[in-house]
Amino acid sequence: MTSLPARRRHPLAAALVVLVGLLLTGGAYAALAPAQAAAPTAAQTQALADGKRLFLANCASCHGLSGQGGSFGGGAYAPSLIGVGAAAVDFQVGTGRMPLAAPGVQARRGPVIFTDQEIAALSAYVASLGPGPAIPDQAALNYQGANLQEGGELFRTNCSQCHNFSGRGGALTDGKFAPSLQGVSPKHIYEAMITGPQSMPVFADTTLTPEQKQAIIKYLKTTQAEPNVGGLGLGRLGPVTEGLAGWIIGIGALIAVAVWIGAKTT
Amino acid sequence: MNPPSSSAPAETSRPEHLASLASEPEIHPSGLPVHRRLTDLDPVAARRAERQVAALFALSALGTVIFLVGYVAFPLGQGTKDPASLVWSNRLLGGGLALSLFCLGAGAIHWARKLMPVEELVEERHPLHSSAAQRAGLVEQLAASGESTGFTRRKLIKRALLPAAGLLALPPLVLLRDLGPLPGRVLRETLWAAGVRVHSDVTNQPLRPEDIPIGGMVPAIPANLKDVPTENGAQLNARAKAALLLVRMEPRQIVSQQGAQWDYQGILAFSKICTHVGCPLGLYEQQTHKMMCPCHQSTFNLADSAKVVFGPAKRHLPQLPLTVDAEGYLVAAAGFAEPVGPSFWERGGA
Repeated sequence: MTSLPARRRHPLAAALVVLVGLLLTGGAYAALAPAQAAAPTAAQTQALADGKRLFLANCASCHGLSGQGGSFGGGAYAPSLIGVGAAAVDFQVGTGRMPLAAPGVQARRGPVIFTDQEIAALSAYVASLGPGPAIPDQAALNYQGANLQEGGELFRTNCSQCHNFSGRGGALTDGKFAPSLQGVSPKHIYEAMITGPQSMPVFADTTLTPEQKQAIIKYLKTTQAEPNVGGLGLGRLGPVTEGLAGWIIGIGALIAVAVWIGAKTT
Repeated sequence: MNPPSSSAPAETSRPEHLASLASEPEIHPSGLPVHRRLTDLDPVAARRAERQVAALFALSALGTVIFLVGYVAFPLGQGTKDPASLVWSNRLLGGGLALSLFCLGAGAIHWARKLMPVEELVEERHPLHSSAAQRAGLVEQLAASGESTGFTRRKLIKRALLPAAGLLALPPLVLLRDLGPLPGRVLRETLWAAGVRVHSDVTNQPLRPEDIPIGGMVPAIPANLKDVPTENGAQLNARAKAALLLVRMEPRQIVSQQGAQWDYQGILAFSKICTHVGCPLGLYEQQTHKMMCPCHQSTFNLADSAKVVFGPAKRHLPQLPLTVDAEGYLVAAAGFAEPVGPSFWERGGA
């Protein structure tokens, strides 16, 4: 028998080394690969099937049988849902904006008609059409440790132009509006930032990190929990309602008193 | 409508003190009927008015007590951590003082209207112009004083006085110069120049093109802003002029730009300062690419050279040409081609 060092010159040695290396790599991958890469579980398959059934019954009339979108008369259109991601579905359906009863200037927040399970199934189905933002997990939504001051600065720079300094919403063009953020769940605020629903721009994690998004949510939740220390908040809309109250109620009361002082007594 | 027979008993059943109401009105020496209030004629009404005035004064006292109780029960100042205490403090102090002052005034007015004596006077309006004799007298006096002071006679004095008085109009005009130096180039220049990196506002991070998604909007500042000294608000002034908005859309959605290829793969940069009166813009609709100003609703179409599509603005938003540097970060390809912000006197141009 020749020694091992001598056999490494054998023409088949290189092929053998490559074969062993491939086997080792493949074996290690099979052992260590993340669980998601495994075949979908029966529950996931069921959710996708449920989601498709719900989609065909409730969404396909406008968004198309395969979610490709569609356009209707008068400039009305349904956007393509390929690549919008689970987060967009969870936001639109979870806040009652979809399914839309009739096309209009803007879909509004309304009663949610699906259960959480049905929304999850619909989201999973639409997410399967193309890659898009996923629904944020519980860790991403935990804003307790976020930086409140940074949240305030970020909100005033990025959000307050449309949503007002205290998140009460405001008008846009042609009848569109930025909705009030009062009572919106942290999950839906987060999803709106990553998906950019309707007129809203997209604030991706590359420009606003998850920590910064949590800071914005913390700022909103903190300001909304504050009492009106000055008495009536008048919707906290700012100078419009305050001016209206001052001019109509304040000056109106002054005029009424002046009329009373000057009136002829009986 | 009632038959006379039924009205007669009603007349007699009326209380004595009201009988004068039905009688012929008393005439004032001026010829007008004398005005009598119900409280002048009816002691019951007078007593009722008296009680009402007293009740208003009592309410005023109650308001003052509420103010004092609120002041003691809900302390202000240091050590007050409970916002609810502040809310109640404001309510009781403000409400108590309002009740106190209003009821005091209302009681006084009610008292004057119902119970204090009324004296009605008639004062005829006299003619506005003076009498002819007075006017003639004034003209005469002026002519006489001109003669006696020698103003009309001594021409030299007249010729010296008039220019002297006229020159006095110049000092106020000269003082206008103290309003400040002329702005010079300040209004035409910003921190943006070729190669200046684009940083996100607040977080002050450099941006890569791939950081900005389609439909995204990023408020931005120049990277060299931090080098501007903060004294006398210089950095704030520089920030106010250089504030930028980045938006990204599909390149095929861009209808026109202010310069050829001023976008970078669909990322467009515009001045954040409205060209109407300089409010910071930011109401961006990512589907219509409209940017609206919150102050007066001027609306610009960012996909079409930021042209004005609505509102009082007369001029498009200046666009900043973008490119990337060797490390792949977004930078300005050049400074703004025109002054940003609202128009000014010497701006020139359309």
